[in-house]
Amino acid sequence: MTAKYAAVKPKRVKMRGENVTVFYGNKQALHGVTLDIAANKVTALIGPSGCGKSTFLRCLNRMNDTIEGARVEGVITLDGEDIYAPDIDVVELRARVGMVFQRPNPFPKSIYDNVAYGPRIHGLTKNRAELDEIVEKSLKSAGLFDEVKDRLHDAGTGLSGGQQQRLCIARAIAVSPEVILMDEPCSALDPIATARIEELIDDLRKNYTIAIVTHSMQQAARVSQYTAMFHLGSLVEMGETKIIFTSPKERRTQDYITGRFG
Amino acid sequence: MPTGHIVHSFDNELNYLSQKIAEMGRHARNMAEQAVQAIITNDDKLADEVIAADHVLDEAEREIDEKAILIIARRQPMAVDLREIVGAIRISADLERIGDMGKNIAKRTAAIAQTHRPEMFYGSLEIFSSLALEQLSRVLEGYEKRSLKQINAVRERDDEIDAMYTSIFRELLTYMMEDPRNITPCTHLLFCAKNIERVGDHATNIAETAAYIMTGAYPVSDRPKGDRTYHLGTARAGKGRGGK
Repeated sequence: MTAKYAAVKPKRVKMRGENVTVFYGNKQALHGVTLDIAANKVTALIGPSGCGKSTFLRCLNRMNDTIEGARVEGVITLDGEDIYAPDIDVVELRARVGMVFQRPNPFPKSIYDNVAYGPRIHGLTKNRAELDEIVEKSLKSAGLFDEVKDRLHDAGTGLSGGQQQRLCIARAIAVSPEVILMDEPCSALDPIATARIEELIDDLRKNYTIAIVTHSMQQAARVSQYTAMFHLGSLVEMGETKIIFTSPKERRTQDYITGRFG
Repeated sequence: MPTGHIVHSFDNELNYLSQKIAEMGRHARNMAEQAVQAIITNDDKLADEVIAADHVLDEAEREIDEKAILIIARRQPMAVDLREIVGAIRISADLERIGDMGKNIAKRTAAIAQTHRPEMFYGSLEIFSSLALEQLSRVLEGYEKRSLKQINAVRERDDEIDAMYTSIFRELLTYMMEDPRNITPCTHLLFCAKNIERVGDHATNIAETAAYIMTGAYPVSDRPKGDRTYHLGTARAGKGRGGK
């Protein structure tokens, strides 16, 4: 089942899911979702728990491959290229489509090494100076550099929750991704740290395409340009955020965002 | 009305706004009605009551504003809820203005009383005011019942008020031309008529806001404008539709 209400089509599409169906074993988690992720925009995926929004997000960089019994059908493209094609290098795909998780998960390494990890394994730099530069640039993009520049070799796990989350964003940025997927990146953070991340998201979309799953309606309304509403594994409605949060077309969207079911 | 929120107190807060609007609406309507009665029956006491009753609307409008701001701060309302709240703020401002119109009419009672008062002046004014007040009652009922059908019916009838205003304007001009002693009362009555016409405009505003609350879109404004008073008494008078 696809959305009844045909959405405003984004002008430039970075990623596209066509008729995406996902099974976890016998349980069907997504029922033929067709959804565009607009380039250099923030697309928010909203909906009650179990609606399939995180499942859809995880399809976008094949994180579902790591889940036993998960089966993905349909077509997902990145710049028109099928990311489930047999010749796709999944490691390279995940460098192009990075991910930030709900709980900050820095490696048990120094701040520097957390950020340098990706560029090192992907062989992106020729020497230490280049690596230093990438680490600094990434930390700056993530709005963390000034806070940690004097202690780059301290443990990443010693930072505050909000700082750790920005470190994870820096780590994702370090491999020059094109798309950043965020799965409730602020749910473990206080309001100030949340505001910093939201400010960062706004900044990042100049250079990256972002898809974010969030349970906070207000956050979706604040940070995104497009919003997709999921329910029971289907896409209910996708449209411009300013429309979705002021006059959604679908009753289920309205009920959900106004707190009438959930 | 959409079904209830998971958080019941949110429903109570929204219902409170609606009820307060309904109260304001009844009060504003009564004020306008009694003001016209005071003029027609030359009742100073009634006029004073109308003037004194205006503060109720001022206070109610302030209360709605405060409650609405508090709900926005506490609940971060979205979609239809947000429209309800913003709509309540707008409607209460229209109702407060209707009260001011009533007060302005009431204030003229004494001035008209001191002049020569030919009774025939009042018939059209009474019919005119009942037309405008009926529109107001309908729009308030449409808002209360959230009936888009009823709201749209109100919008379509606004031109009747404009047309009748034009005719009263013409009538009063005629009386003034007939006898200069009529100029003072007729000028006051002209202002009364203008105020009643404004009541009709506010009723139309409320209808538009109510439609916005219900649908999320403002109705397209293609209503014919029946107010042709802009050219009355000039060489262009009577040459078809006056433009705005």
